[in-house]
Amino acid sequence: MTATTAEVRTEPAAEVRGPSWTLMARSFGSVLRRDVVVTGKDLVAFLAQVLLQPVFFLFVFGKLLTGLGYTSHNYASLLFPGLVALTVAVTAIQATAFPLVAEFGWTKEIEDRLLAPLPLWAVAAEKLLFASLRAIVAAAVMFPIGIGVLGAVPYRAAGMGLLVTVALLGSFVGACIGMTVGTFVPPTKINIAFALIFTPLLFTGATQYPWPSLAGLRWFQVVTAANPITYVSEGMRAALVPGIPHIPGWICILALLVSLVVFGTLGMVGFRRRAID
Amino acid sequence: MVNSAVNITAVEVRQLVKRYPKAQTDAVDRLSFAVVRGEIFGLLGPNGAGKSTTIGVLTTRVRPTAGHALIAGVDVVAAPQTVRSLLGVVPQRNNLDRSLSVRQNLLFHAAYHGVPKAVRIRRADALLEQFALTDRANDKPEYFSGGQNQRMMIARALMHDPTVLFLDEPTTGLDPAARLFVWDRIRELREAGVTIVLTTHDMDEAAALADRVGIVDSGRLLALDSPMSLVRGLTAGATLEVAVEPAGETGMARLLDRLGALAGVQRCVQVDSAGAVRTIRLHLTGDAGPLVARVAAAIVELGGRLIGVEIRESSLEDVFIELTGRRLR
Repeated sequence: MTATTAEVRTEPAAEVRGPSWTLMARSFGSVLRRDVVVTGKDLVAFLAQVLLQPVFFLFVFGKLLTGLGYTSHNYASLLFPGLVALTVAVTAIQATAFPLVAEFGWTKEIEDRLLAPLPLWAVAAEKLLFASLRAIVAAAVMFPIGIGVLGAVPYRAAGMGLLVTVALLGSFVGACIGMTVGTFVPPTKINIAFALIFTPLLFTGATQYPWPSLAGLRWFQVVTAANPITYVSEGMRAALVPGIPHIPGWICILALLVSLVVFGTLGMVGFRRRAID
Repeated sequence: MVNSAVNITAVEVRQLVKRYPKAQTDAVDRLSFAVVRGEIFGLLGPNGAGKSTTIGVLTTRVRPTAGHALIAGVDVVAAPQTVRSLLGVVPQRNNLDRSLSVRQNLLFHAAYHGVPKAVRIRRADALLEQFALTDRANDKPEYFSGGQNQRMMIARALMHDPTVLFLDEPTTGLDPAARLFVWDRIRELREAGVTIVLTTHDMDEAAALADRVGIVDSGRLLALDSPMSLVRGLTAGATLEVAVEPAGETGMARLLDRLGALAGVQRCVQVDSAGAVRTIRLHLTGDAGPLVARVAAAIVELGGRLIGVEIRESSLEDVFIELTGRRLR
């Protein structure tokens, strides 16, 4: 049977409408399930990876230095919300940046998912959703750990709404920042990029100090205002320890929404660039 | 039902052009071909000929600069999601999910494509068996050999029962046994009615597997037919290859003229040179036997030294040399 002699007919395109929403929902669910299964197998490693650093921070700065008299007692209660914020943001950033660099760069594992009957944005959205899921779990675990290390952590029922909103927004913004870094930085430069991006993010996010207290150091206050993590930290303080000077909650939410739009767009553009030649 | 007089097009490429950003030339240059449902179609060409880029466009991973590409009549640019559900892809590079076991790789792939649970479990078992992976089903593919990875990737691509299977260089880097195993599975798939598009830079593979072969070089389609017709179109007879040490460059030129003029020689080309030794290929109109003595005599007469003689059937490589003036590498 050769095509050269016989008549060639193009088959009627029966399915041009595209896959149904049910199929896409099933497909999306399966991609998400894959990430949950893989992380579930390594839950202890995951928690150690994201919690070790904040636990040491909490212990040294919140407990040890306070006990030795180098810091005042209420430092722990302003540090704790900042560390929860940092955990949310950094966990989310790492959960998109590292896998994307590896999967687009050398393992190519993501290709099988890019060939699923899903739109590209849905594959990217799954990465973001899963990263924020990890971040929220890590943040939630910070509370019992905080109680264990410090004896008690600040908690305010009236602040729960703001706390959850800021945590969710912070995790999404973090995931989008990670996607931006993970898709724009070439794999060969990723080590230097992480060093140059993470260290400043870590120390300019108002984690270890309340932002309004920087009024005397104007240039640093301006620098920290450009870091989205600042608004997660300040929002957490507004929710948990409103007695400490902080940026008002609504400004934090607004700033995080703006960051979400900016980094969400950048992340999607980067993802598209890597997914299609 | 498929009417025997009508061939249904499974894959169609029309005037396809791809130029990568910052590139000086087109990676794919006005390529057109059609693949009939149920056939094995081979794209044969050297590395960098544009084969993988063409597969990339057909599998929705490369955006075409111009032209059209259709899978079962569906445009890859207009409806990429529909196209992705119609095709299975075995890429050139290992892209297996290293965090999952062999069986999980298959099951999750099918789940991404919305295959119901009972069906995917049944299919995974059957494919693990067919590809001799049952005893490794619960291992992670981290330490697998190239052959095992390749078998696994083919099995995975079949999990959602694709209409067209794309195999990009399916046996590159495999040992001979693994290669034969993959060849046998590919033939089985054709028997089962799967349309297969494969790329290769190996003429033996193209000749052994493909119903029709498209020869590509520098992004262009140079010839398209069954391997047998391509070879027959080149020469009616056998091929005689001689290795000689000619008497200098002028000796070589005179030798090529003399050999080309011998009765029974259709065409005569130099195909290789290593040091002072040149390899000359003579395409003959008939059998090679009667000509060997006359060719040897001509070489000696012109002051050359005859080093080796080989009689061969013409192959796709000869077709490639004829079309491009160089060997397929």
